[in-house]
Amino acid sequence: MESATETIDGAEQEGRLSVLTRLARGELGALRVFLTIALIWVIFQSQNDRFLSAINLTNLTLQIAAIGTISVGVVLVLLLGEIDLSVGAVSGLAAGVMSVLTVKHGWSPELAILAGLLTGAIIGFFNGFMVTFFGIPSFVVTLAGLLAWQGALLAVLGDTGTINLPPSTITDLAGKFFSAGVGYALAAIVTAATLGTGLLELRRRQKAGLGADPLAGIVIRTVIVGVASFAAVAILSSDRGIPLSALILVAFCGFFAWLTTRTRFGRHIYAVGGNAEAARRAGIPINRVRILVFTICSTMAAAGGILAASRLIAVNQASGSGDILLLAIAGPVIAGTSLFGGRGSVWSALLGAVVIGSISNGMDLLGLNSDVKYMITGGVLLAAVTVDALARRQRERVQVT
Amino acid sequence: MSPEQQTGNGEPDHLLALRGFTKSFGPVQALSDVDFEVDAGEVVALVGDNGAGKSTLIKSIDGVQPPDSGQAYFEGEPVKISDPNSATKLGIATVFQDLALCDNLDVVANLYLGQEVTGDGGIPLPVINETEMEQHAGELLAELSVTTLGSVRTEVGSLSGGQRQSVAIARSLLGKPKVVLLDEPTAALGVAQTAQVLALVKRLKERGLGVVVISHNLEDVFAVADRIVVLRLGRREATFDVSKTTREEVVAAITGASAELKVQKEDK
Repeated sequence: MESATETIDGAEQEGRLSVLTRLARGELGALRVFLTIALIWVIFQSQNDRFLSAINLTNLTLQIAAIGTISVGVVLVLLLGEIDLSVGAVSGLAAGVMSVLTVKHGWSPELAILAGLLTGAIIGFFNGFMVTFFGIPSFVVTLAGLLAWQGALLAVLGDTGTINLPPSTITDLAGKFFSAGVGYALAAIVTAATLGTGLLELRRRQKAGLGADPLAGIVIRTVIVGVASFAAVAILSSDRGIPLSALILVAFCGFFAWLTTRTRFGRHIYAVGGNAEAARRAGIPINRVRILVFTICSTMAAAGGILAASRLIAVNQASGSGDILLLAIAGPVIAGTSLFGGRGSVWSALLGAVVIGSISNGMDLLGLNSDVKYMITGGVLLAAVTVDALARRQRERVQVT
Repeated sequence: MSPEQQTGNGEPDHLLALRGFTKSFGPVQALSDVDFEVDAGEVVALVGDNGAGKSTLIKSIDGVQPPDSGQAYFEGEPVKISDPNSATKLGIATVFQDLALCDNLDVVANLYLGQEVTGDGGIPLPVINETEMEQHAGELLAELSVTTLGSVRTEVGSLSGGQRQSVAIARSLLGKPKVVLLDEPTAALGVAQTAQVLALVKRLKERGLGVVVISHNLEDVFAVADRIVVLRLGRREATFDVSKTTREEVVAAITGASAELKVQKEDK
């Protein structure tokens, strides 16, 4: 028999070791996506040396802001093991409601934006209610919504069909750029916050006598975040500046990443996605969690729709249709969020949008036709889902042995 | 239909006592006038054939399915267990047969599922206090000598059946219960893993908990229980002191062979 102290020491050592492997595994997941992005960038840069220019990277940033924002909500629904096929239609409808209220009814832009977001929230609540109260699969509820909300957009727009947005707060969302100074200040804050929270966590764990991430890990993470954010600011500010819409997307990602990993509500989302019955027995109000997540998802779809309208400076009958829905779901999946629920990260919304946006932007730059574009994007999505399914099978195999 | 009347302080000797529990589902009498008791630091095995009423009795104790009639006493006081929450408040915890764990979360997150600790040293932040949870999880598992897990940050999905059962049992202890109900804790486990779980059950007993184990496996029952309560066709057929009985006697009670013997004797 081992003595008690020996056992605890052993467990602690194991703990430290697994923190390292866990870190490696987590970084590896993200590393896979970073390598994919690097590969895509190298390929397009070798075909057209304007791809990695400041002006094109700024364009890319502007292009992914809307879809990335929609994807943030999609990630939360995917974590539950559910799906929302109505995000595209909802994004269009919310933008339509906003533009009609401000252009035709003279509402202030801010109030109209709020009304657009509220439209999303109400639809999301309805989706969640149908899924939990009647037990209808989210696939079906939101498929119906995909049709219905597209119809609602046509009704809201009325005879005009297209509504052009005059310069206002709304068009500023995608049209405003910050100077390099503001950008560097933000980059410095983000870097310092990464270092600070890392060190704070380390001290807390050491004080509690738990195995902790080694200091080197914190330093490496800080350096990566610092280099990435300062480089982004340097590149973007050498063209038009730091786009407000990009900051909005990053802020949404940051907030929801915090919500999902640090709060009880976030933990409960993962629990419901992992094993809903276990979550229910543990006293988690699973229906409330589901309804809230669907509400957030559609609200984020509305926010994405508003950003898209801001970039287009108009809302028309095609707003929110086309491939927006599929790309908003494909992005997070490509970047590692599981379609089977319970696994993934909010940051996959941003990374996935970068992957998909880069492919689309690069192919546009090469002057490829839609036929090739669709097939390549489809191929990338299929490859990503295959990786997800293989990883899942791997996990199940580990469990059996 | 008349529940046994208890006067005065009820059942001061028992941690948990049930008197005259009766439950029917339409024409099916699942429990008829069943008495049951468990003491602190005692392991009671509840055995019986399929449909004998074991699950119904457990569900009436943990509040999932209150009985039609009957009176429960907890630490001598008459109590009403009308739903799972009231059972939890009294200090009755249940570990289910089909391990209610989330495979995608680690051991700490599973132990604290639904009762995550938030805030930091009295500061009411809405943030989960991972440090405190991990610390207590490590202590709890060490107290229970669950040392095969490696790290408490291991994903539960990658654990073996015995380890998962250990985590499920440890989780039931977080609420500091006085009675733990284990539904088939060794079902579908290998030999070594069964031994691991039985050792854990013994440690629950050493901690002064009243433990009720439902099991089909008489070998496990004899290895771990102090008393065996046999249910048959919704009635309490017999009670055995493990040190003074044999497997044959228990099997006879489960199958009803002993009742037939009794009847035959009376006929003569």
